[in-house]
Amino acid sequence: MPSHDVLIIGAGLAGQRAALAAADAGASVAILSKVHPVRSHSVAAAGGINAALKPQDTWESHAYDTVKGSDFLGDQDAIEIMCREAPDELLHLEHIGVTFHRNDAGELGTRAFGGASAARTYYVADITGQAILHVLYEQITKYHETVDSYEEWFTTSLVQDDEGTCVGCVARDIRTGEMELFNAKSVILASGGNGQTFKPTTNALICTGDGIAQAYAIGAPLMDMEMVQYHPTTLTENGFLITEGARGEGAHLLNSDGERFMEKYAPNKMELASRDVVSRAEQTEINEGRGIGPDGGGLYLDVTVVPRKRTLEALREIVNIGKDFAGTDITREPISIRPGQHYIMGGVKTDVHGQVPTVAGLYAAGEVACVSVHGGNRLGANSLLDTLIFGRRAGQHAAQRSRAMPMPTTPTSRLRQDLEHIDAIIARDRSGRRISEIKDELGTMMNRNVAVYRDADGLATAHETVRRLKEDATTAYIDDRGTVFNQDVLGAIELGYMLDTAQATVVAAIERKESRGAQFRTDFPERNDDEWLKHIDISRNGDDEPHVTHSPVTMTQWEPEERKY
Amino acid sequence: MAEFTLRLRRYDPESGEAAYWDEHTIDLEPHRSVLEGILQARARFDGSIGIRCSCRAAICGSCGVRINGQPALACHTHLDQAMKGARDGVIEIEPMGNMPVLKDLIVDMDAVHWKKVRRVTPWLINKEPIPEREYIVPHEAMVDVTQSMACIQCGACVSDCLSMEVDPLFIGPAALAKAYRFVGDPRDAQHSERLNDLAQDPHGIYDCTHCFKCIEACPKGVAPMSQIMRLRRISGRDHGIVDANNGERHEIAFTNLVRDHGLLWEAELLPRSYGGDSWLAKFGPAAGRELLSSLPVIGKALLRGKVTPMGALKAHKLPDEDLQQVKRIYATVEGRDEAERYELNLYISGYDEDMEGAEGPPPDAAAAGAQGGDGGMAGAESGQPGQSPERSPSR
Ligand SMILES: Cc1cc2nc3c(=O)[nH]c(=O)nc-3n(C[C@H](O)[C@H](O)[C@H](O)COP(=O)(O)OP(=O)(O)OC[C@H]3O[C@@H](n4cnc5c(N)ncnc54)[C@H](O)[C@@H]3O)c2cc1C
Ligand code: SF4
Ligand code: SF4
Ligand code: FES
Repeated sequence: MPSHDVLIIGAGLAGQRAALAAADAGASVAILSKVHPVRSHSVAAAGGINAALKPQDTWESHAYDTVKGSDFLGDQDAIEIMCREAPDELLHLEHIGVTFHRNDAGELGTRAFGGASAARTYYVADITGQAILHVLYEQITKYHETVDSYEEWFTTSLVQDDEGTCVGCVARDIRTGEMELFNAKSVILASGGNGQTFKPTTNALICTGDGIAQAYAIGAPLMDMEMVQYHPTTLTENGFLITEGARGEGAHLLNSDGERFMEKYAPNKMELASRDVVSRAEQTEINEGRGIGPDGGGLYLDVTVVPRKRTLEALREIVNIGKDFAGTDITREPISIRPGQHYIMGGVKTDVHGQVPTVAGLYAAGEVACVSVHGGNRLGANSLLDTLIFGRRAGQHAAQRSRAMPMPTTPTSRLRQDLEHIDAIIARDRSGRRISEIKDELGTMMNRNVAVYRDADGLATAHETVRRLKEDATTAYIDDRGTVFNQDVLGAIELGYMLDTAQATVVAAIERKESRGAQFRTDFPERNDDEWLKHIDISRNGDDEPHVTHSPVTMTQWEPEERKY
Repeated sequence: MAEFTLRLRRYDPESGEAAYWDEHTIDLEPHRSVLEGILQARARFDGSIGIRCSCRAAICGSCGVRINGQPALACHTHLDQAMKGARDGVIEIEPMGNMPVLKDLIVDMDAVHWKKVRRVTPWLINKEPIPEREYIVPHEAMVDVTQSMACIQCGACVSDCLSMEVDPLFIGPAALAKAYRFVGDPRDAQHSERLNDLAQDPHGIYDCTHCFKCIEACPKGVAPMSQIMRLRRISGRDHGIVDANNGERHEIAFTNLVRDHGLLWEAELLPRSYGGDSWLAKFGPAAGRELLSSLPVIGKALLRGKVTPMGALKAHKLPDEDLQQVKRIYATVEGRDEAERYELNLYISGYDEDMEGAEGPPPDAAAAGAQGGDGGMAGAESGQPGQSPERSPSR
C-alpha cells in the first residue's frame, strides 16, 4: 500500500503547487491524477494571472477589486492573504521558468482585465495556464525523488478512519484497472470544478466535480454552490472560450444594431465590467431581441479594433480558435459569442490553510475548494492565483501537520465497497438508459434553468429533474467490460459525482432568495444585505439528502456598498 | 448535418486477438471535429471505444491519433477536412506511431515520449544569483522560447518522426524542442553543458534527418525541426562545440560546398565532414577510415544508378548567374545577427505582416530552403507556423 505524508488528488495548478510546497517543507508526497498532469484543465487558462506587483499598484487595491467583484460575498481575510501573497508567488513562478511577457525594458509586463482598477494581469501570450502548468510539471520532474507522481490514476473515494479523520483514498490505475488503497497522514483535494454538469461549457470533459462529490460524501460542507460563473464571451457555435484578454486588449461588444451596448449597463468600465455584469447585459440584449444569428442567440465580439499585429502576438490562441472552431478570422471580422458556463465559485468549504472544517486531515485547494475568495463572482485572472496561493498554503500546512504524527492505519473496507460498486456497474444489464443520454439531459437542463437568470419555478423543475436523473443513473448501463482503460465505467462514476454536485447547486440557488453576483433571481431582483449577506453551506449529514445551513461572511475593512462599473 | 463514416483501429489487449477495423456512421455538421465524431460513436453505439481526450480545443494534447495515415489531433481536424484525405470515402483513424498501443487509439506516451522529455533535463537550472525581483531579459527572448513553450506534448511529431523509426533511441522532435526552451532561455545557467550533451549524444541533435515530418504534424506551430536546427547552430557557431558524431563538421562542409559550388558535391562532402572543411581533408586519417567504411554504401548507390561515377567525383556545374544568386542568399542569411533570427518566430507577427500581399516567401528563404543543410533552416523557419498553408493566418 503506498504510504505518504501528504497525498494530493489532482495535478492541475493547485495540486502541483501543493505537491512542490509540501516537498519543500520536507514531506514525502504522492500526487495522483486521472489524466497526465499536463492534460489537466488548468492548461486551458488563457488570459493571465493577477498580482499587484507594479510599484504604483497596491495589494489593497487588488483586494478591494476582488471584494467588490465578489459582490461582497467573498471572505475578506482570505482575499487579503491572496492579494498580499500574490506578488511573491508571481516572482516565484518567474524564477522557476515561466516565460512571462516582458515590456521593452525587459521587466514583467501586464494587460488589463475585467473588474480591475489597474492593469495587473501577467501573462504568457494567451497560453498562460499552459505555460505555468508545464513549468510546474518541469519542477515535478525535477523533484522526482520526493514526489511520486501517479499519472492516470482515478480516485474513487476518500477514506476515513473510525474517528472520521481522512487518511487516504481509493484509486484505480486506469491502465490496468487495478484498485489500490492509498495511505496518508493528510489528503489534499485539488481535483477541479464541475463544469461538465452544464452543456455547453468552456470546461474540459474531465471537469466532473469528482472531488467536490467525494468530500461531500464523507461529510464535508459545500459552500457558495449557487454561484456559477457564466463567461461573457464563449463561442455561440460550441461554447469554447474567447479569453477576457480580448476585451482587455480593447475588443468591443456589439448588438444587432451595431450598438456598443455596454454603455447602457456599465458606462465607466464598459466591456471590462465584472463578468456577471457583462453576461447579464448580454443576456438582456438577447432576450430583448437584439441578438444576432439565425435564432438571435448571439452577439458580436469585435476584435478588429485591436491592432492586427498586437492580436497576432498576444491573442494567437484565440485567432486559431476562431479560425479552427468557428471559421472566422477574428482579425478581420467580428465573431459571434454568448454567455456560457465557465467556472464555479463554490466548492468544498475550507479555512485559509485549505483545511476542511469538519473533516480532520482533509484539505482542498483550487476550483474544487471554496475559501471563499471569489464570493458571488470571480474576477478574471484571479482563479489561477487562487489555485497557486491556496495550493501552496495547503501543501505547507499539510506537511507541517504530518511532521508531528505517525502514519495512520487505513481501513480496507472502502476499497472493497468501491470494487463491488464497479463490478456492479459493469454487470448491469442493458435495460436502463445510456450514461451519455443522462449526462446530456442534465447539462441541457442546468443550462436552461440554472443559468444567468433564474427563478423559483425553473429551479424547482431543475431539482425535480436532478432527482429523477439520479434515479436513472442507478440502472444506467455501459458497454465496456474490460479492465484496461475502461473509460466507460469511469464515465458512469463521474456521472454520479456530477449529479450530486448539481443537486447542491440547485438547492443552494433555491435557498438564496435575492440577487447577488452570479445568482440573479428574476423573482428577487435586488441584493438584500440584511437577510442574505451570508454563505449557504450544503452538507449531507449522513443521509443522501442535502441539508442547508448558513455561515457568516468574514469582513475586515470593506463595508458592502452599491456595485457600479 | 451530414453523415460521415469513421473506420477506427481497435485493439483490446485483454482479448488475445489482433487489432481490427471497426466502422461507425455518425452525423454531425461538416466543420465539427473528428473527435466529436468519435465521441458520438462512443455515446451512441459503443462506449468501449478508447481514446484520450479532455479539452476538445487543441490545448491539452490528449487526442493525438493518425487520421488517414497522417498524425493529427482528433479535436483539431474537421470532419470535412478529414474527408478530403479519405481514400475510399471513409475517415480512417488509427493510433499514433512510434509508440506501443495500449488499447484502441491509446498509446503508451510514457514509455517513449515522456522518457525522452526526461532525457533532456527538462527544468530550468537557474542563473545565480536569483534576483530579488524578476530576471530582466529581452522581450524577444521570452517570445522566442514561447514558441517551444507552446508545445502541448501531444506526440504527433513523435508519431511520424522518420529518424525515430530508424533509431528508436533518437531523442526526437518534441523533447529537443523542449531542450531549446532552456537553451533559448537567458535565465538558464547551463546552455553550454546542455548543448554539449545533446551534440555528443549519437541520438541527439545531429540524428535528425531534416524530413520536415514534425513540422507538418505539429498542431501548435512549434516547428520542432527548426528548434533542432537552432540548437545545432547555437551549439556549433556560438559555443564551438565539435561533436564526436561529426554532425557539426558535416553541416559546415555541406553549407560551404553549396555556397562555393551552388550545388552539393557528394565526393567532397564525406571526407570534409570527417576530416575537416578543406579540399585537403580527404587525405586525413579520419576521412580515410570513414571512406573505407562507406564504400559499400557508395558502391550500392553506384549500382542503383543513384550516383554516376563522374557525377559524383566532379563538382556539379551551375550557370554562373544561379551561382551568384546562391552566394547572395548566403550573404543575406549569414549576415543576419542574433536579434534578426527572432523575426522568424511564430509569436512575432512582424514577419506575417510583411508577407501581406507578397507572393510566396522571400526569395532568399525559398531558395535556401530548397538546398537543405544548414541553409535550409531559414526556409524551414519561414515556412512557419509549420502547418498546412491554408491553416496559417496570412495565407
Ligand atoms: C477555457 C478556460 C480559460 C480560463 N482562463 C483563466 C485565466 O485566464 N485566468 C484565471 O485565473 N483562470 C482561468 N480559468 C479558470 C482556471 O483555469 C481554473 O479554475 C483552474 O485552472 C483550476 O485549477 P485546479 O488546479 O483547481 O484544477 P484543474 O486544473 O481542473 O485540475 C484538476 C485535476 O484533478 C484531477 N482529477 C479530477 N478528478 C479526479 C479523480 N477522480 N481522480 C484523480 N484525479 C482527478 C485532474 O486529472 C486534474 O489533474 C479558465 C478556465 C477555462 C475553462
Ligand atoms: S525533421 Fe528530424 S525530428 Fe523532425 S520528424 Fe524529421 S527526423 Fe524527426
Ligand atoms: S512539438 Fe507539436 S506535435 Fe510535437 S508534441 Fe509538441 S505540440 Fe505536439
Ligand atoms: S482533446 Fe485536448 S488536444 Fe484534443
